[in-house]
Amino acid sequence: MPATLLWLFPLLPFVGFLLNGTVGRKLPRAGVAAIALLFTAIPALLWGYLFVYVKSHDLLQITTASGAWIQTSAFTVRFALTADHLTMIMLGVITCVGFLIHIYSVGYMAHEEGYWRFFAYLNLFMFFMLVLVLAESFLLLFVGWEGVGLASYLLIGFYWQKPSANNAGRKAFVVNRVGDFGFLLAMFLIINHFGSLSFTAVFGAIQQHPELHGGFLTAIALLLIVGAAGKSAQIPLYVWLPDAMEGPTPVSALIHAATMVTAGVYLVARSHVLFDRSPFALGVVAIIGAATAIFAASIGMVQHDIKRVLAYSTISQLGYMFLGCGVAAYSAAVFHLMTHAFFKALLFLAAGSVIHALGGEQDMRVMGGLRKRIPVTFWTMTMGVIAIAGLPPLAGFFSKDEILFQTFSSSNPLHFLLWAVGLITAGMTSFYMFRLWFKTFFGEERFDEAHLGADAHGAHHTAEAGHDEGQATHAHGVHESPWVMLGPLAILAVLSVIGGWVGVPAALGGHNEIEHFLDPVFAVANAPEAATATVSHGVELGLTALSVLVALLGFFFAYIFYYKKPGTLGANADRNPLYKLVANKYYVDEIYGLLIIAPVTVTARVLFAGLVDGGLVDGSGWIAAFLARTASDGTRHMQSGNIRSYAGWLAAGAAIVILLMTYTTLTQHATQAALHLR
Amino acid sequence: MNVNPIILSLILFTPLVGAVVLALLPDRGRIQQWAALIVTLITFGMTLHLPAHFQQAHTTAASAFAFEQNHLWIASPLIHYHLGVDGLSMWLLVLSGLLAPLGVLASWNAITSRKKLFYTLFLLQQVAMLGVFASLDLFLYYAFWELALVPMTILIATFGRTEKRRHAAIKYFLYAFIPSAVMLIAVIWLYVVTGTFDVPRLMALAAAHAIPGSSTAMWLASLAFLLAFAVKVPVFPLHGWLSDAVSEAPTAAVMVLAGKLGLYSIVRFSFGIFPEQSHRIAPLMIALGAIGIVYGACIALVQNDLKKLAAYSTLGHLGFITLGIFTFTVNGLDGGMYQILNHGISGSAMFLMMGFLYERYGTYDMRELGGIAGKFPWLVTMFVLTALSNVGLPMLNSFVGEFLILSGTAGTTLTAHPMLWTTIATTGVIFSAGYLLTMIQRTFYADLGSTTAEKPGWDMCAREHVAMWPLVILFLVMGVASPLFMRALDPIGVHYAGYTVTTESSPIRHSESESYSQTAMPKPGMVSEYASVSDTAQHRAQVLAAVGGAR
Repeated sequence: MPATLLWLFPLLPFVGFLLNGTVGRKLPRAGVAAIALLFTAIPALLWGYLFVYVKSHDLLQITTASGAWIQTSAFTVRFALTADHLTMIMLGVITCVGFLIHIYSVGYMAHEEGYWRFFAYLNLFMFFMLVLVLAESFLLLFVGWEGVGLASYLLIGFYWQKPSANNAGRKAFVVNRVGDFGFLLAMFLIINHFGSLSFTAVFGAIQQHPELHGGFLTAIALLLIVGAAGKSAQIPLYVWLPDAMEGPTPVSALIHAATMVTAGVYLVARSHVLFDRSPFALGVVAIIGAATAIFAASIGMVQHDIKRVLAYSTISQLGYMFLGCGVAAYSAAVFHLMTHAFFKALLFLAAGSVIHALGGEQDMRVMGGLRKRIPVTFWTMTMGVIAIAGLPPLAGFFSKDEILFQTFSSSNPLHFLLWAVGLITAGMTSFYMFRLWFKTFFGEERFDEAHLGADAHGAHHTAEAGHDEGQATHAHGVHESPWVMLGPLAILAVLSVIGGWVGVPAALGGHNEIEHFLDPVFAVANAPEAATATVSHGVELGLTALSVLVALLGFFFAYIFYYKKPGTLGANADRNPLYKLVANKYYVDEIYGLLIIAPVTVTARVLFAGLVDGGLVDGSGWIAAFLARTASDGTRHMQSGNIRSYAGWLAAGAAIVILLMTYTTLTQHATQAALHLR
Repeated sequence: MNVNPIILSLILFTPLVGAVVLALLPDRGRIQQWAALIVTLITFGMTLHLPAHFQQAHTTAASAFAFEQNHLWIASPLIHYHLGVDGLSMWLLVLSGLLAPLGVLASWNAITSRKKLFYTLFLLQQVAMLGVFASLDLFLYYAFWELALVPMTILIATFGRTEKRRHAAIKYFLYAFIPSAVMLIAVIWLYVVTGTFDVPRLMALAAAHAIPGSSTAMWLASLAFLLAFAVKVPVFPLHGWLSDAVSEAPTAAVMVLAGKLGLYSIVRFSFGIFPEQSHRIAPLMIALGAIGIVYGACIALVQNDLKKLAAYSTLGHLGFITLGIFTFTVNGLDGGMYQILNHGISGSAMFLMMGFLYERYGTYDMRELGGIAGKFPWLVTMFVLTALSNVGLPMLNSFVGEFLILSGTAGTTLTAHPMLWTTIATTGVIFSAGYLLTMIQRTFYADLGSTTAEKPGWDMCAREHVAMWPLVILFLVMGVASPLFMRALDPIGVHYAGYTVTTESSPIRHSESESYSQTAMPKPGMVSEYASVSDTAQHRAQVLAAVGGAR
C-alpha cells in the first residue's frame, strides 16, 4: 500500500538527523557520511518507485492521514500527507538533487570541523522540505516552511565563530519571519472563512462557489504572497539571500538555489485555485516576479564574488518563476523550477569546486585561466552556464521560453511590458553568466599560486574561513576536486542538458509532457488560458528566435568585455554614478536599516524601555508605594504601646461592627418585607 | 484502594508535612536538598494520579469538577474545605508538581547557605500554589493566594542575587498585596450578598444571573478581582514589579513567579463569577494583551542582561495568553489555557538554562559571554532548543498555543477590529525571533567574551541533564500530540466561549464526522461562526434582560 509509504519520505531523513545529531559526534567521518547518505538515498529510490507506480496506475493523488495534531471544538488539523503530480515533481527534485548534493558534501566538507553537525542539519533540512511539499494542509506546509527556515539558519551560521555568518543566519531567519507573519495572517483569514486549513476543504469550497471572486480571497492571496516573497527571496524581502552565501557552498546549492527558495513558488502554485479567483493578486505576483528578475539581474552583473553572482542570479530566476505563476502559467513556472534546480545546483557545486581548487578564494578578480587546470569542473560548469543563459537545446532554454511565451500571450493588461522585462532580463542573465565564465576560466591566471592556501587564511574572503583551515593542510596549488565531488557535477550537467526535453512545446515539434503531467493539478487554471491557442505557432517561433538572439547578444557583450578587451568596462566604471548605485546593491540594506531597524531599536530603547517602562510603569509602582507608606505612617500611630489608646481603638472597632450588623439586619428585614409586599 | 476522594488532600499535605520535616532536619551537608527533592518527587508522583484517572473521576461525579472533597470547616461564616479540579487546574497541578523537583535540582549548587530556610520556604510556596489550583471555596482559595505571597517575598529578599534584592522583594510584595487586599473586600461582599464562598455554587449563580448585586457593585467587585489577578500575571502595564523580581529571584523561585497563578485565577474566578463583566472588559484586555506582546518583545530586543531579557520576553508571552482567553472564542480560550501550561514549561526551561550559565560564569550580562558553542555542545543545543520553543517553532509546544490564540483573535466578535489586534499580536513572531536569536548569538557564538575567556566552564552535568530532559521531551510531545492535553481543556473553552455543540457527546471524539462535514459543506466555518455570533448575541440579550430585571 503506497499511501502509507509517504510517511517514509520525511521520516527517514529525520532518523538520520537524530542519529547524527545525538551520536554523530562520537562516530568516524565515514560513519556520519554513511548515515546521512543512506537516509537520503532511500527516499530518492522510493520516489522512483512511487513515480512508476503513479504513472502505471494513472493515479492523480495519493493521500494518507494520521490522528489529530491540533484539535479544539472549533478547529481540527491533522497530520496528513498528499502526493499529486505537482508534489511528485517537487519530490523528485528534492530527493534526487538533495541526494547528489549530499554526496558532493562528503568530499567538500571532508576536512571540516563539525562534520556530524553539518550532515545532521542537512538531513533535518531534507525532513522539513519533504514535509513542506507533502503537506495536505496549510498548517503542515507551514511546519515545513518554518522548519526549512530553521535548518537554513543553522547552516548559514555553520561557521559560528564568524560574526558575519551569525548575522547572516539571523537575518535570514528574521526576514523569513516577516514573510511568515503574512502567511500566518493568511491562515487566520482562511480559518475564519472556511473553518479548515486542509487543501481539499479550502480549495473544494472555493471551487463549489464560483461566485467567490476577489474580496477576502484577494486579501488571503496577498498575505500568502508576503510569505512566498520571504521564502523565495522576492522584492522586498530578498535581502537575506545574498548574505546567506556565508554558509558552506553545498548548502547554498541545496537550500538557497535548488529547493528551499522555490517553496514560495510552490505555495503559489499549490494555492492556484485561490489565486485564479483574484486577478489582482495574480497581477501582483507577476509584477513582483518581473521586477525582481530584472532588479537582481542588474546587481548580478557587477558582483565580483562568484557565489554572490549566483545568489543574485537565483533571485532573478525565482523572479521568472513568480512571473510564470503571475500569468497563471503554473506548469511553466514549475517546469522552470525543476530545470533551475538542475542547473543552479550544478553552478553552485561547480563554483564550490572552483573555490575548493583555489583554496577558498571566491573573488573572480583573482581567478582566470582555470579552464585547463580544472577541466572537469570547467566542462560541467559550461553546461550549467549555457543552460541558464537560455541557449537551445539545454534545459533553461525551454523552461524560460515557456514562461516568456505564456507572459506574452496572457490576458494580463501589462503583458507586453512584463514580457519585455523578462526578455531584457534574459539578455542580462546571459551576460552575467558568461562574464562569470570568462572571468573564471579564461584569460590570464590572476591568482598567486604559491600563496593560495596561506592567502585564503587572510582577511579578504572570510566566507570560507572555516573551510580554509581544512584546506590549508592539504591544498597548495590549484587542483581538481575528488571524484566524489565531480560525480554529482557530471550527473547534474547531464540533467541540465536534457532536463528541458520533457517540456518541448508543440511549436518546436514536441509534446510538452510536463505540462500534460501537471494538467490534472492545474486544469482549472488552464481553462481561461485557452486564449493561448489564438497565438499562432508562427508567433511562438518568432518569439523563441528573439529570446535566443537576446541570449547570444548577452554572450557577445560578455565576450567583448571580458575576453577580447578585458578591463575596458572596468576602467571608467567607478566614476559612473549608475554603476556605483548598482554595485552598492541600490543601498537597499542601508535603507532598510535606516527606515525599519533603527526606528524599532530607538522606539524600544527610548520610548518603551526608557519613557514608558522607566517612567510610567515604574512610576506608578512608586506612587502606589508612596500611598502605602503614607497609609502605614498613619496606622503606625495606632500601635503606640499605650493600653488606653488600644482600648479606645477596640471600642471604636466594636462600635463599627455593631453599626454594620444593625445596618445589614435592618436592610435584610427591609428587603424581606419588600418581597412579602410583592 | 480508591484514592480519588482524598488525592487532592494528599497532594496538598505532602509538601506541607515536608516543610515541617525540613524545618526539623539539621542544615548539614546535602540533607536539605535531598529531603526537598524526595518530597517534591512524591508530590509530583501523586499529581500524576490526576490525569490518569481524570475521565473516570469526572464521569462518576455529578458536578463539573473531579476528585472533589467537601467538608465543613467553619460554620459561621460558612467556609468549606472544598477541593476539586477541572481540566485546567488538573494540568496546572501536574505542571507545578513537575516544576518543583526541577526547581530543587536548579538550586542544588546555587543555594549554598541557609538551605533550611530556602527549602522550607520553597515547599511552603509549593503548598500555597497547589492550594490555589485545588481550592473550590473562595475563602480557602484566598488564604492560599495570600500565603503564596509570603514565602516568595522572603525568598527574593533573602536569596536575591544583588543588594537590590530587598527593594525588589518589597516592590513585589506591595504590587501583589494591595490589589489582593481590595479583592478581599470583593470576596466578602460576594459572601454577604450570596451567603456562600462555594465556587461551583457562585458560578452557577452567575450563569443564572442570580447574584443579587447592583450592576455598579458587580462591576466594582469584578474589577477588584481582575486587578488583583492582572497584577499577579502581570498584564501590561501592571508589570512594574516583574523585571526587578525576575532579575533578583533565584532560579527555583523565578520559575513559578509569573503567569499561571494569575491567569488561572482569571479563567476560574473572573470568567466564572463575572462572565458578563469579563465580556464587557474584553476589548480592553485584548488591546492590552496585543500591546503587551509587542512591547515586551521590543524591550527584550535591547537588553544586555539575560534575566531582564527573559523578564520582558515573559511579559510578551503572557500578553499572548491574556489576548487569547479574553477573545472568548473556543480557539482563543483553548489556545490560551494551553499556553499557560506551555509558558510554565518553556519559560522555566529558559530560566533553568540561564541559571546553569550563571553557575558557570557568575554573570547574566551578554556582553561578557560568547564563543562557547564549540566547547559545550549540549549546553548550546539545549539552549537553542529552549529558545526555539519560546520562538514558537511549529512541532514544538508554544506554536500550538500561539496559533490557536491568534486564530481565535482573528475570529473574535468582542472587539471592533479583530484583524487589527491580530496583526499587531502576530508581529510578535518577528520580534521574538529577533531577540531570541540575538541572545543565542551573543551568548554562545562569535568570539569569547571577557568572562567566558577567563573562567573554564563545563558542559551540562548529569544533574542538569535530568532537570532539562523532561522539559525538552514535553516541548516535543506537547507540540506534536496536543489533543492529549487539550482534551481536558476544551470543555472549559467551549463553556466560556458560549459555544453550543450540537452533537450530544464530547466534541473531541466526533472530529471525524465534523471534518467530513467541513469538506462537504461550502463554508462551514462561516456558518458555525455566525451561529456562535448569534449565540453570543442571544446570550448578551439574556444577560442584559437579567440585569435590567435586577434593577
